Amino acid sequence: MSVAKPLPHDAARLHVTGAARYVDDTPTPRGTLHLAFGLSQVAKGRITSLDLAPVRSSPGVVAVLTAEDLPFDNDVSPSNHDEPLLSDGTVNYIGQPLFLVLASSHRAARVAARKAVIGYAEETPLLTLDQALAADSRFEDGPRIYEKGDAAAAIAAAPRVVEGTFDLGGQEHFYLEGQAALALPQEDGGMLVNSSTQHPTEIQHKVAEAIGLPMHAVRVETRRMGGGFGGKESQGNALAVACALAARHTGLPCKMRYDRDDDMVITGKRHAFRISYRAGFDADGRLLGLEFTHLVNCGWAQDLSLPVADRAMLHSDNAYAIPAIRIESHRLKTNLQSATAYRGFGGPQGMVGIERVMDHIAHDLDLDPVELRRRNYYAAPGTATGDNTTPYGMEVSDFELHEMTAQLLQSADYAARRAEITAWNERHARLKRGLAFSPVKFGISFTLTHLNQAGALVHVYQDGSVHLNHGGTEMGQGLFQKVAQVAASRFGIPLEKVKITATDTAKVPNTSATAASSGSDLNGMAVMAACDTIRARMADHLARLHQLTPAEVIFDGGSVRIGATVEISFDEAAKLCYEGRISLSSTGFYKTPKLEWDRIKGQGRPFFYFAYGAALTEVVVDRLTGENRILRADILHDAGASLNPALDIGQVEGGYVQGAGWLTTEELVWDDKGALRTHAPSTYKIPACSDRPDVFNVALYDGQNREETIYRSKAVGEPPFMLGISAWLALSDAVASFGTTYPALNAPATAEEIWHAARRVSDGV
Amino acid sequence: MGKQIITLTVNGEKHEVAAEPRELLVHTLRETLKLTGPHVGCETSHCGACTVDIDGKSVKSCTMFAAQADGAEITTIEGIATPDGMHVLQEMFREHHGLQCGFCTPGMITRAYRLLQENPNPTEEEVRFGIAGNLCRCTGYQNIVKAILAAAAELNASKEAAQ
Repeated sequence: MSVAKPLPHDAARLHVTGAARYVDDTPTPRGTLHLAFGLSQVAKGRITSLDLAPVRSSPGVVAVLTAEDLPFDNDVSPSNHDEPLLSDGTVNYIGQPLFLVLASSHRAARVAARKAVIGYAEETPLLTLDQALAADSRFEDGPRIYEKGDAAAAIAAAPRVVEGTFDLGGQEHFYLEGQAALALPQEDGGMLVNSSTQHPTEIQHKVAEAIGLPMHAVRVETRRMGGGFGGKESQGNALAVACALAARHTGLPCKMRYDRDDDMVITGKRHAFRISYRAGFDADGRLLGLEFTHLVNCGWAQDLSLPVADRAMLHSDNAYAIPAIRIESHRLKTNLQSATAYRGFGGPQGMVGIERVMDHIAHDLDLDPVELRRRNYYAAPGTATGDNTTPYGMEVSDFELHEMTAQLLQSADYAARRAEITAWNERHARLKRGLAFSPVKFGISFTLTHLNQAGALVHVYQDGSVHLNHGGTEMGQGLFQKVAQVAASRFGIPLEKVKITATDTAKVPNTSATAASSGSDLNGMAVMAACDTIRARMADHLARLHQLTPAEVIFDGGSVRIGATVEISFDEAAKLCYEGRISLSSTGFYKTPKLEWDRIKGQGRPFFYFAYGAALTEVVVDRLTGENRILRADILHDAGASLNPALDIGQVEGGYVQGAGWLTTEELVWDDKGALRTHAPSTYKIPACSDRPDVFNVALYDGQNREETIYRSKAVGEPPFMLGISAWLALSDAVASFGTTYPALNAPATAEEIWHAARRVSDGV
Repeated sequence: MGKQIITLTVNGEKHEVAAEPRELLVHTLRETLKLTGPHVGCETSHCGACTVDIDGKSVKSCTMFAAQADGAEITTIEGIATPDGMHVLQEMFREHHGLQCGFCTPGMITRAYRLLQENPNPTEEEVRFGIAGNLCRCTGYQNIVKAILAAAAELNASKEAAQ
């Protein structure tokens, strides 16, 4: 069987030779036009004059389009119809597209786009959470509140209380391949769009609306993305729609890609949060009551902010059974880029909140932080003596963290290292080392229940080769390989016989975004259903030829055994079935079972299951400069019965480093006019190879999904991101060694933030 | 300003190409010579996706004018494979899962190719710092480092065997 094998990425050979094609590498027809947006230079106001004559006369320019030139819907929002492709006269953030330039080259379009003479009636922008809250500028009528028990009463009655507030920054996706799309006009007005997107169906939907055609006239194809991380769930809409409109306008193929600076200035990022907490607990550290307030900076348009903010609330418990809890979430509207999906989709922010509380309580009680966490864990399956439900009323029935924590602490030699580090810190005044553990419990499924569906299309050709297609997109995570491994296993054939093909809305319709870590769960099951349909037809026919029952036909090892005596190759079997006029093509469909969720009440079962992980990180910090390094990270992660351990470990390693980057060096800075000042890798620091932990031990937990998922595997895209929280906590632990007060770090814990915190702790404030 | 004719030897093949004075080398390679392995990642020489080898040095081709490369010998990812098949580095990146989305991979391998000539026997730390100018957002670098160390070991073993 192909499943469970650590096979390389399906396109690895193409990647290492430079032959893998991304949108910008695709050969374009002669006459292809290149597009660029003209961008707003003010954060809030109205356009009073727009002189585009210098743009139109710029060399190479073919046409310039404004909102008035758009024939149908001027909207690229994935949710609320509040995001015009081109400004309708109002401007809402610095970087908002105002007009569209069509030119003979990418550079000509960009040069021209900067030549417009624009007059604005400027208004005072809302940039900060405080400003938005004061102006009551928000999405939804008021805060969303999820509650279990009476948190205020529980805190009032608790022997001890800690409270605090901290800021948690956003994050730029920094997919290495910037946003890109190419539209090729077809006969009869149809449009073929090649898009770097996690959501081809939505691109199809928005393009169809924009050019006034039914969805059947628009076909979207996505072979691969050079990274997505959530940043290509909705943020590719603008480029694809712009290309389609320009192609319709000129009859020529049109391509658009954002240069890195434009990409960072135009597109949304991870939501920044401010989290306030008040926690009541007993002398043993058991949580009795907890209150959270989330202030969420959503930016100017709704995009996916409501489900992102919901998911943050849904991860405010992380791994802990909390008797009484209240979470209040304000989704604030500001004049910044519209924050969007990013790996974890709000989950990381919620989880940082509760892990901060745990850290603070452990410091308050001078109790080992791992021990404190274990005392508050949900009960392992079959051991619950009381309530073991989440704040939203879902029974936790698959809790793996007791065993995982024990295994990790042992393999990482926690107790001895803790003692050694404490002793080392006593001998060193300027440098301090820190060590911290954090667990992950991440809910798997889209919280918008209807998105939990997937389709597949499988053909077996008469030579025994297999063509595989499904609704998921490949962004590097290895989805295509994992799903091909499923198909090869169902037919009992070698993987080479399965041809993986580009995601195509004409092959599998009405797909969900490849998001919520659900790619292999959903598409693997849909492909299995399609393969099993074909396999059953084949077995039925072959059995009939030999007067046997279908159960006596076995597909294995590239052959088909029919009864005890006959064995033919899969290729021969396919040929026989074709000649027997058996359909060798099938669709497959899957919908996740057991889901029931009311997001207004905050009650139900939004998740099919939970994925778990545990990390221990060691750092060192320098009090005089705030500089710091991750010295060692040990990780044990739960991917269920992994479909491909090599690819899954890659997700865990990459997720951890990206998560640690978010909480340490990746700082987004806007100036007081609302201009993003960190709009290139020169000023926005993602982890480099030299930042990677010196020692990095990663293992998968030996287990299987307790729910019936594809080969009992678990989703692995997002959960490991939150293992990076342990790096932030380790920095807090190190800084705490400079004195006795709690460091109260903000995130990201940049060198500057650590320097300030170390001074506060040293001075005892 | 008019175009000027420059001569580039790319992957062993000599080309005379017309380039505008402000044309960046990466665009000449990608658009004129159709070598799309070097990718455009950041346009400011930070990410390394456009790394090529010029006269024995790793160069980020997004911050060099094509005209500055007049007369140079250039190797791109397309020229790293040997007639017998993939270069050991390419094999090792595949085998050790040194890639996910693959967008940084051509630049990463091209940089590693030069690194192993600068230092045929690097320590793990030397690899980590040696490729610090090439960003990867997917892998966390662990398998990239493994792949380069494995390639170094294999190249050294085959050198010894040849002696």
